Amino acid sequence: MSETVVARLTGMSHRYGATVALDAVDLAVPAGRMVGVIGPDGVGKSTLLGLVAGVRRLQQGEVQVLGGDMADAEQRRTRCARIAYMPQGLGRNLYPTLSVFENIDFFGRLFGQGAAERRARIDVLARATGLDPFLARPAGKLSGGMKQKLGLCCALMHDPDLLVLDEPTTGVDPLSRRQFWDLIGSIRAGRPQMSVIVATAYMEEAERFDWLAAMDDGRVIARGTPAEVLAQAGRASLEAAFIALLPEAKRARHQPVTVRPRPDTDDATPAIVAEGLTRRFGSFVAVDHVSFRIGRGEIFGFLGSNGCGKTTTMKMLTGLLPASDGRAALFGMPVEGGGIELRRNVGYMSQAFSLYGELTVRQNLDLHARLYHLPADEIGSRIAELLARYDLADVADAHPDSLPLGIKQRLQLAVAVLHRPAILILDEPTSGVDPIARDAFWRTLIDLSRDEGVTIFLSTHFMNEAERCDRVSLMHAGKVLAVGAPAALARERGTASLEDAFVSWLAEAGGEPAPKAAPVASEAETAAPAPSSAPAPAAPRRFDPGRLWAYARREAMELLRDPIRLVFAFLGPLVLLLAFGYGISFDVENLRFAAFDQDRTPESRALLESFSGSRYFSEAPPVTTATEMEDRFRRGDVTLVVEIPPGFGRALQESRRPEIAVWIDGAMPFRGETTRSYVAGLAQSYIRDRTLERLGPNAAAATVEIETRFRYNQAFKSVVAMVPSIIVLMLILIPAIMSAVAVVREKETGSIANFQATPTSAVEFLVGKQLPYVAVAMASFAALALVSALVFGVTVHGSAATLTLGTLLYVFATTGFGQLVSSFTRTQVAAVFATAIIAVVPAVNFSGLLVPVASLSGGARVLGLGFPAAWYQPVSVGTFAKGLGLADLWPNLMVLAAFALLYLAAARLVLRKQES
Amino acid sequence: MADPAPADDPPLRGSTSLRGLRVRLANLARLTIKELRSIRADPVMLLLVVYAFTINIYTVATGASIEATNLAVAIVDEDRSPLSRRIADGLTPPLFRPATVIGAAEIDPAMDAGRFVFVIEIPPRFEADVRAGRRTAVQIDVDATAITQAGNGTAYIRTIVADQIAETKAGREDGAAAPIDVVVRARSNPNLKSSWFTSVMQVINSITMLTVILTGAALIREREQGTVEHLLVMPVVPSEIMLSKILANGFVTLAAAGLSLVVVVGWWLGVPLGGSLALFLAGAAVYVFTSGALGILLGTVANTMGQYGLLAIPVLLVTQLLSGSATPLESMPAWLRIVMMTVSPTPHFVLFAQGVLYRGAGLGVVWPSLLAMAAIGAVYLGVALRRFRRVVFGG
Repeated sequence: MSETVVARLTGMSHRYGATVALDAVDLAVPAGRMVGVIGPDGVGKSTLLGLVAGVRRLQQGEVQVLGGDMADAEQRRTRCARIAYMPQGLGRNLYPTLSVFENIDFFGRLFGQGAAERRARIDVLARATGLDPFLARPAGKLSGGMKQKLGLCCALMHDPDLLVLDEPTTGVDPLSRRQFWDLIGSIRAGRPQMSVIVATAYMEEAERFDWLAAMDDGRVIARGTPAEVLAQAGRASLEAAFIALLPEAKRARHQPVTVRPRPDTDDATPAIVAEGLTRRFGSFVAVDHVSFRIGRGEIFGFLGSNGCGKTTTMKMLTGLLPASDGRAALFGMPVEGGGIELRRNVGYMSQAFSLYGELTVRQNLDLHARLYHLPADEIGSRIAELLARYDLADVADAHPDSLPLGIKQRLQLAVAVLHRPAILILDEPTSGVDPIARDAFWRTLIDLSRDEGVTIFLSTHFMNEAERCDRVSLMHAGKVLAVGAPAALARERGTASLEDAFVSWLAEAGGEPAPKAAPVASEAETAAPAPSSAPAPAAPRRFDPGRLWAYARREAMELLRDPIRLVFAFLGPLVLLLAFGYGISFDVENLRFAAFDQDRTPESRALLESFSGSRYFSEAPPVTTATEMEDRFRRGDVTLVVEIPPGFGRALQESRRPEIAVWIDGAMPFRGETTRSYVAGLAQSYIRDRTLERLGPNAAAATVEIETRFRYNQAFKSVVAMVPSIIVLMLILIPAIMSAVAVVREKETGSIANFQATPTSAVEFLVGKQLPYVAVAMASFAALALVSALVFGVTVHGSAATLTLGTLLYVFATTGFGQLVSSFTRTQVAAVFATAIIAVVPAVNFSGLLVPVASLSGGARVLGLGFPAAWYQPVSVGTFAKGLGLADLWPNLMVLAAFALLYLAAARLVLRKQES
Repeated sequence: MADPAPADDPPLRGSTSLRGLRVRLANLARLTIKELRSIRADPVMLLLVVYAFTINIYTVATGASIEATNLAVAIVDEDRSPLSRRIADGLTPPLFRPATVIGAAEIDPAMDAGRFVFVIEIPPRFEADVRAGRRTAVQIDVDATAITQAGNGTAYIRTIVADQIAETKAGREDGAAAPIDVVVRARSNPNLKSSWFTSVMQVINSITMLTVILTGAALIREREQGTVEHLLVMPVVPSEIMLSKILANGFVTLAAAGLSLVVVVGWWLGVPLGGSLALFLAGAAVYVFTSGALGILLGTVANTMGQYGLLAIPVLLVTQLLSGSATPLESMPAWLRIVMMTVSPTPHFVLFAQGVLYRGAGLGVVWPSLLAMAAIGAVYLGVALRRFRRVVFGG
């Protein structure tokens, strides 16, 4: 295999369900070059990059990267150590609560670098990217451009031979974008042997790459140097070339956008006015005294990086967000307090697709028509008109989720104009849309503005779109830097293009730290002597305690900085123990007892006294009639009524064995059953007393005693048994849910890519992430034991060491169970509820909390013993209440350890190192 | 079209409030239909609803009973007489598992390991002593950590032993016969079958769980996907959004609960339900509104679905276990009972349901519970509305 090719793809196809992402792609990516994979969203760029980086599982075809077959796990493992992968999305593989330093440091640890080496490398990389003043800042609080630079630092930490960057500049302002490419350029100057593969949707930045592969619909439609691609298409710009290279059917739909001049309107009230508009979130000023006026029918563009305050400004104009300061008015009507009337004038399209995916296109339109209260007879015709005009008729009964982004954006626009608003506020309406759909979208906007006089206020990242606006405004860090017509702005700065003009303004504002121009890697290599300069670094070890520790350390830091999870982990069990300890009691007391005495003799009163004297009963006013008894039972006023028939006293004296009736409320069977056994006990003692009275003391000798010994819990109080059992429940429920969230969170936020793209093994990943939760669970156990002793007076009578050891094994098993669940669930909600439902049923019902395991039989017993709680319950109750130790409980501990290993092994099998 | 003033809306005072009400009701209806469509489009949630109201109820009602059954008993028989054998034979299923005969030395290890909850020790020459009228004693060792069975199980065993002794003595000494006859009758559930109770309580638990999860998740989903902002730029007010979620999700749970009560509880489990089903459903409607408001409230506290799960589970556990549906309310300390009756609607609904379904109580009896649920629900909704504005419009 020749070293001039870094990645060779042969007949590679990939599909997601019925959708084809890649269709028999053959591509040889030249080594040592800056290679761009270009094309709009959804053409298969990310899939291709994921397959090259080894984070996605190969379905069909062959991929050779750095001379290794990526279908082979062993070769992939060694190649991955030489690849760095930065997934799509701003800072998606970073840890937002960790600082800049901690983020880079974590990557250094994953590649087995020592403390001194890490420190040296971080210094060099941070200086080179200009991040050195911000080392202590959490990654989540960086601007988009800085996040991408941080992502790059993390990727370069191990001197990769191949750098795979998936849309690294999407959503980043033009200055940061330039700085980013300059940075890559200087790194390549220092390490010319490094290959870079970048995906991008910005055609203009692709012009500076060495080699391009243009993609459409899962196919590569052109390849070669930019000059070759332009020559092939016979066009001057890549954007035009891309359209020209599209298949005939698609190209036919394209019509160039022409911006017609705006008809003169000399209306005195502007459509939109903002004066000193300010919005603060706590101490953070998101929008800082922004002012502008927009005339009727004007198309006004809003430019700036992600997080600079564009969206916040737009939300203030729609009335979604109240302004902290300043004022905004639409057609002279203040937004604040404008209420319903104002909203009828505004059509809004938010940044992400925000219509209902579960409703069809037509249902979405219908819902909005009705909420805007269009006259009922007009709704049908208006919807038909919009379906035709926005080319949605074919998909009217489809669900938006199944449609391409371009069509979804058209639907959003159709919804926004449905009620014929005079103002449209559109937040990045074309982001992620392919060039043809984007141009079609713009033609509609121009029609709306020029023919119908609709004022359009929109934000965009695309410079060619900004140039079509009547006027644009550049925003940076909450402030407006410049406002004016695009050509006038370029003239004002004396630059050739609008983009250059913005870059010069941004540089003047000095928001982003400029990186040094010096080549980076050469410095890094002198500072870091380790394996960096070796052409083929040694293959990473299969199991590395350092990587495991890196994961454990990072997970612990993240956990400690997340108040919601921390409160849940520590306070949750304590609150629940208090609530359950006080609340779940099987001590049946305070039963409402009423007498229904139809005899009223000394004998009947003596009998009733033996009832009213019981500590279990509290006496209610006596019952006088049978209907009253009915009624009071119905109202739940009494739990038991003792009915003594007339003539009871006489019958008793005549030894005719009179019958008395005791009525009890059976609504709650456990209470009823207990009441019945109390009654039986009272009746027995009454009978004995009568016998003694009649036969004299001699009879006492003749009585056979039935002695009852309540063992382990002499006072027979619920709390003695319940508290240790609740601890069993708490130590499965909370730790399992916590650890279940841990793995799924990484899937949701995207940082799972770091596990997939580095040599980390599944066992290192799982155990590393498990350790912090085991520690938290043990701390929580200590707190639970303390509360048991101090609040409930329930203390350990047996071996505390055995209990602690058993608990440790138990929480290893329960956190392992959580990780097993999270290995096959996809979302945090699913993980939380699946864990809760799967764990709670056996833990509550079949592990001895309510019913002793000895009483279970059949399926219930199997289900109970197939779960660690049933094995830990005897340990907890045994050491707390029964005074047992290791000699009695060692078999249980062995089983718990086996459960821990079993769950780990199962999670290891289920957790995939690659995405499918 | 570009005219900024909407033509159809002259600000006429007087008629505005009535028209406003009509508009709001129309919005509410529209949004409720939208919610119902959303629910229909989510097969996983529907599956959860079906599971919660069928299999879940059946397994809990038949599986985990806390009535005394299958008691594990051992006998240390040092007498080996007809009487001691009759005592062992008296321990019959389903109340008892077949008794195991063990030696005296095995008592401690067997009870330590939790193999038996009860051990009956019958001393040597027991029957002879009983017949001769000599003083003797049977000892029952009880594992008092098995809290649900120890008390009632002991009472049953004592009765069985006492009956056998009395029978042995009967021929000889008629004077010892009991002077009175106590007949105990349980109302509304004569055999005190726990499935009658747990099935209905499980229906209540499912109503709580599903209403809270469905409404809360519906709100969080709109917040996460940004659709709630989309609604708010339209002529729609937050209370309409919240109420529509409560109505739609509440309707689904209520319908499922009603079906479950008739089909699963009444027909499959064969529980005779005494009272008025219509009155129960009316009360359940009030309860569903209140738990829906709780779901919305929790949905404004959490920011993501993950957080919502972490928040909802402890809340649901506490409201269920401390509602009187698991253990009697009278067993809780007075202060805790007052706290729960103030903050949670569930104890009121449990009281209501027990009154209506078991004791056949009418509206004249149960109205205070209804009132309490409605009041708690109104407070939840008020707080949720305040928080909703704060969360959506920024703090």
